[in-house]
Amino acid sequence: MSSIAKKKGFGATLWDYLTTVDHKKIAVMYLAAGGLFFVIGGIEAMLIRIQLAQPDNDFVSAGLFNEIITMHGTTMIFLAAMPILFGFMNAVMPLQIGARDVAFPFLNSLGFWLFLFGGIFLNLSWFMGGAPDAGWTSYASLSLASPGHGIDFYALGLQIAGAGTYIGGINFLVTIINMRAPGMTYMRMPLFTWTTFVASALILFAFPPLTIGLFFLILDRMFGGNFFDHTMGGNTIIWEHLFWIFGHPEVYILILPAFGIFSEIFALFSRKRLFGYSSMVFATVLIGFLGFMVWAHHMFTVGLGPTANAIFAVATMAIAVPTGMKIFNWLLTIWGGSIKVTTPMLYALGFIPSFVAGGVTGIMQAAAPLDYQLHDSYFIVAHFHYVIVGGVVLAILAAVHLYWPLMFNQMLSEKLGKWTFWFFFIGFHLTFFIQHFLGLMGMPRRVFTFGADQGWDLFNLISSIGAAFMAVGVIILVVNIIITVVKNVPAGNDPWEDGRTLEWAIPQPVPFYNFKQTPLVRGLDTFWIEKQEGNKEGMTYAEPLSDIHMPNNSIIPIVMTFGLFIAAFGALYNGEKDWAIPVIVLGLAITLGSMAVRSIKDDHGFHIHKEDLMNDKGGK
Amino acid sequence: MKTTMKEGFDLAMMRGLKKWRLFSLLAALTIFLSGCGEEYLSTLTPAGQVGRDQFNLLLLSSAIMALVIIVVVIIYVVALVKFRRKKVGEDVIPKQVEGSHTLEIVWTVIPILLLIVLAIPTVYYTYKHADVAAMDQVDEEGNKTNVTVNVTAKLYWWEFEYPDLGIVTSQELVVPTDQKVFFNLKAADVKHSFWIPTAGGKMDTNVENVNQFYLEFDDASASLEQGVFYGKCAELCGPSHALMDFKVKTLESDDFNAWVESMKTTQNVATDDLATEGEEIFNTSCIACHATSGAGTTGGVGPNLATFGDRNRVAGFMAHDEENLKKWINNPQEYKPGNLMPQPEAINDGEKFSEAQLDALAAYLMGLSVEK
Repeated sequence: MSSIAKKKGFGATLWDYLTTVDHKKIAVMYLAAGGLFFVIGGIEAMLIRIQLAQPDNDFVSAGLFNEIITMHGTTMIFLAAMPILFGFMNAVMPLQIGARDVAFPFLNSLGFWLFLFGGIFLNLSWFMGGAPDAGWTSYASLSLASPGHGIDFYALGLQIAGAGTYIGGINFLVTIINMRAPGMTYMRMPLFTWTTFVASALILFAFPPLTIGLFFLILDRMFGGNFFDHTMGGNTIIWEHLFWIFGHPEVYILILPAFGIFSEIFALFSRKRLFGYSSMVFATVLIGFLGFMVWAHHMFTVGLGPTANAIFAVATMAIAVPTGMKIFNWLLTIWGGSIKVTTPMLYALGFIPSFVAGGVTGIMQAAAPLDYQLHDSYFIVAHFHYVIVGGVVLAILAAVHLYWPLMFNQMLSEKLGKWTFWFFFIGFHLTFFIQHFLGLMGMPRRVFTFGADQGWDLFNLISSIGAAFMAVGVIILVVNIIITVVKNVPAGNDPWEDGRTLEWAIPQPVPFYNFKQTPLVRGLDTFWIEKQEGNKEGMTYAEPLSDIHMPNNSIIPIVMTFGLFIAAFGALYNGEKDWAIPVIVLGLAITLGSMAVRSIKDDHGFHIHKEDLMNDKGGK
Repeated sequence: MKTTMKEGFDLAMMRGLKKWRLFSLLAALTIFLSGCGEEYLSTLTPAGQVGRDQFNLLLLSSAIMALVIIVVVIIYVVALVKFRRKKVGEDVIPKQVEGSHTLEIVWTVIPILLLIVLAIPTVYYTYKHADVAAMDQVDEEGNKTNVTVNVTAKLYWWEFEYPDLGIVTSQELVVPTDQKVFFNLKAADVKHSFWIPTAGGKMDTNVENVNQFYLEFDDASASLEQGVFYGKCAELCGPSHALMDFKVKTLESDDFNAWVESMKTTQNVATDDLATEGEEIFNTSCIACHATSGAGTTGGVGPNLATFGDRNRVAGFMAHDEENLKKWINNPQEYKPGNLMPQPEAINDGEKFSEAQLDALAAYLMGLSVEK
């Protein structure tokens, strides 16, 4: 298998990726697509900061500015941060638990294509009459009033991409519950697997409210529904609730895997077991649980009344406790360790002060009466960028460096990696720290310009300069990736030398079936245990060498998704164009037809025979 | 002065703060923070009790959070200095510590205590700032003891109706000092949010219900640089969200009462020829939407212009001069995209207003005043 794979032409490789159900290849696609959207979202961010670099600027118009901020937020959350994290979950989690793939490889592929087509659909709005302009929160009264098709693109695109995320989440849950290698008990799972598990559970419960909200919005805008139209008995506050019942757990869907990545990094580069493993697991679960109890803190100024506000204020403060536990456990992990400051570790070390700063401003906003001042001001903009960029994005950048050798058998340049870090890190604080004060000084968020008489000029300029630093950091990263890919120097096994978890024990490049023999897990940090006991292979096996059952590739997921993509255009132009309804029908027919084919046609997969395995020295 | 229970609570809180030895930190923070921003716009220079309460909460929470940050930073820096691989040696395998129950308890309990310190004033002020019971209070003669303002947010301007006084104005809120001013907040089209940063936090104006809250203002705004506080729309409401500003003029009781009287009896009469000519144009083209009398109720299609000459801004955000006024009248879409004021072609027989017409209109509008 392996030798054949390497000689493929471009067409065959493309076909391979279009049809693949291999979690490692899907991970690469998530990373590539998410990375592309991250760059697009970043360009949007730069446009925002250019516009706000000076007062009364007219670099972009008022309407265009609203489209840019909406697309920046939506892209970064749904199309960049989450898919990239999904990429790492796909790449790493099955290897961490000793599985040959995820539980439902076909669904894994389907989830990816849904995300990608949803993202493409959303971004097509730029070329088809204008992007959504009601903010990433798309509050109902404004989103219903918004002219053109922007909001329709938002609702339909997110619905498609959201379905992909939902499918992915379920897949990860089932995988972790069912596919762990012998001996990999729950309390031996690496923290990244744990956080993937809890984040997936959050997806399971958080996405349905969004789905419902989006369907209501789709019906209201395209099919004459009146769920949110108050003149027809609807209610716009319902949207706010639905959105935030999804939206707040969404924050934890993003940050928990980030916590997982940093937990791995702190232990690995301190050469020390994660301090307080069981309390870290407990804190993760508790944060996930509490994450559903606090959505109304996004709505303190809506007028829910003092009792609701007080309850949600106190509940929100409670989240600080498990989060604080995590911070101190990380500190105590590096305490007494042997700290090696590699690029991933540099990100982890930068993460601690950044995230603590973002966390404490979160507590300040939990104090409802104070939030009346901070809400919808630049203070909140600063806060959530401290959490999302200072937490999630730093984790993503750390993971790019950390897992690149695992995914591609190449090491990114450490030198360039550190340059990226310093530009990005300094730029990040320069951009966002000062925004806290802009908020306190009375600057509302989402303003396309500001007058020069308000004392905000200097701080906005500083913020914009910071953004330029971040952009330079990202450009260096792109250069780093290109150089590394071109050079293509094999990194080999256990490239960070102190690998602790199972994924580092696998020979490089990782064979497409992951494990020749399923490993036996004998404790937390299983690879570390084997190494300490002098096991050169790095693994103890739970089974003799035997045939491996693998799933077949399939083109059906992409066809199924393409049907929805077509149907979405029909829905978008419903009531406006004659062909709308037929197109909806055609699209859904393609989707349902491919579902039928998938259901009726048996696909038993194939077996890799023992003899072939014995000859295979690894490779893709 | 009678000490009410609430004031007693405030005092007790301040004592509590001292007990926590945060006072000096608070003092330092106050000085640092109040250096930021303009006094007519910044939340750091509160102009009334509500804003002050919220500012104190900012100080208290900042101080607690600073404490947490200091602890984290100390552990972090020491660990980073002491336990670098260069220092501990290349081949050293550190002790694989599992954890510590004592430490876990310490960093669970202490944060909980800190949060309780923050949670108590939070809950207290949440109720205090939502208490609008005094809104309907009346004196012996049956008159309302406090001023109530019905705020209607519209694309992209603000209407302020004083239901008990029978007057209505727009774009510039006028309120008395030294009493609670109550607000009924509502949006007429899409959701907006009513925010006077110096006076206190914001409250949304929803489309389907009326929200209520109150604010207080210590001093007359006349001493400010421009004689007004700044007000903002804080909820994204469309292209010109950023331009949906309003201004707040605070007056001593007597001045306020005098203002109300002159509002009730507004008689805007054009005084010279040019203004008279302007009034005629206004009466054919503009009056369908814009009222010029301060007496009245809510529901104006366009902003009430009874006080136009007294205002601080044209269209809520442009410097208040005839030049800007004329530009605005002849091209409202360019200056405030998405606003609902018709372009001149729609109200002036398909043509822009001529320079002469604009001069006349400007003279008339600038003459509309209740204060002169």
